[in-house]
Amino acid sequence: MSHVFELKCQNGISEHDLDRLRAGDSVELTGQVISVRDASAVRLAAAIREGHPLPISLEDQILYAVGPSPPKPGQIIGSAGPTTTSRMARFLPSLFKAGARAIIGKGELHGDEAAPFLSHGAVYFGAIGGLGALLAKQISSTRIVAYDDLGPEALYALQIFAFPVVVIIDRHGGNFHEIARTEWRKAR
Amino acid sequence: MLRDTVARLIVEANYNIPTDILQALRDAVDREESPLGRRTLEQLVRNYEVAAAERRPVCQDSGVAVVMLEVGQDVHWTGGSMQEAIYDGVREGTRTGYLRWSVTGDPTRMLNRSGEETPAVIHIDVVPGSEVRILFASKGFGAENMSALKMFVPADGVPAITQFVLDTVDRAGANACPPIIVGVGIGGTFESAALLAKKAVLRPLDVRNPRADVRQLEVELLERVNELGVGPQGLGGRITALGVNIEVHPTHIAGLPVAVNLGCHSTRRISTML
Repeated sequence: MSHVFELKCQNGISEHDLDRLRAGDSVELTGQVISVRDASAVRLAAAIREGHPLPISLEDQILYAVGPSPPKPGQIIGSAGPTTTSRMARFLPSLFKAGARAIIGKGELHGDEAAPFLSHGAVYFGAIGGLGALLAKQISSTRIVAYDDLGPEALYALQIFAFPVVVIIDRHGGNFHEIARTEWRKAR
Repeated sequence: MLRDTVARLIVEANYNIPTDILQALRDAVDREESPLGRRTLEQLVRNYEVAAAERRPVCQDSGVAVVMLEVGQDVHWTGGSMQEAIYDGVREGTRTGYLRWSVTGDPTRMLNRSGEETPAVIHIDVVPGSEVRILFASKGFGAENMSALKMFVPADGVPAITQFVLDTVDRAGANACPPIIVGVGIGGTFESAALLAKKAVLRPLDVRNPRADVRQLEVELLERVNELGVGPQGLGGRITALGVNIEVHPTHIAGLPVAVNLGCHSTRRISTML
């Protein structure tokens, strides 16, 4: 197992970092990410298509596919693990065109769903699905930026620290779910 | 009483993973050969320990509330609607447990309507006696979305069932949040095969099918599924599923309905007598 990269993303993710990441790398992210989910992605993509100003700049930003549960009194956020990225796949070309450079989520992307990563030089980080209680502890602040009528699907700016992910799709054509499956499958 | 019980069950189900699943995950740590897979399994176990200790939802997706009732035929409900009591309990538990509203009132999305985590999906079996047993599940949709049903013909037989299960798990891959639980419903009709699969996926891992040949098929399918290489979270490895549970029911002489309902590693279920 490869070593764990610590990567800063307070002002987005740098070209240098995007370039050096390889499918299968374990990474701990510290900085800002912007939440995206089915309903908020629809609105963001519409705003981008119609040329409206966005509620927050996506320039160089990392998106996080998440719809957290509500915080208990005294908590920063409720459980906050990743949701299935492929449901957001159709919006990725718009979101990347608006400047986003990476997305954190769970699940697989292949073919047409993976293609925008190569064409926009973006990276897909996989977080562990169903790790909601633990991942919430890696979030130090939350701020609703827009769409608060969407409840858990509102657009949040989240501060994360040492947030554990694995590079699934890199900028060089690597797809770790495919690589790992090939490596571990037993032939019959 | 029903309302309060349901309110308690939804909270407990979302804070505490079933003990059989937690044990299976702990055992899987020792059996997983992939280092990344093993690390993932260790994190999952840790997540469940933290969720239970701090009383947090194990996952932000508190899912759709599925309530399976076995109602004794001598039971008479008093004091209002049984269905409303269940819905009230789900809403109450969702609020007091700080669970996410994960249900939309309108599946077409033509109306903008939050469901407040209701209505629940309710299944009722009437059984002899005067007792009520409730099986409550919070069914997350990462795995639900990857489930499948197919109407085979009799000549397709067990080889087709086997291939269908393998294809469904392989196609689901990381999306279903492996290691998964595979519920297979064989027989009945179109809709009852799906319900059989749901009952199968919600059956504890240490309860096997009473039929020896079906039990054998469960063992074989688990072995085959774990050769797919998907591994924990699709990161590669030997532990793709924690169990394959099969339920069977007689069917038409012309048919072979097969439903595969997938459950994520946090298949939340809890049962009690009312």
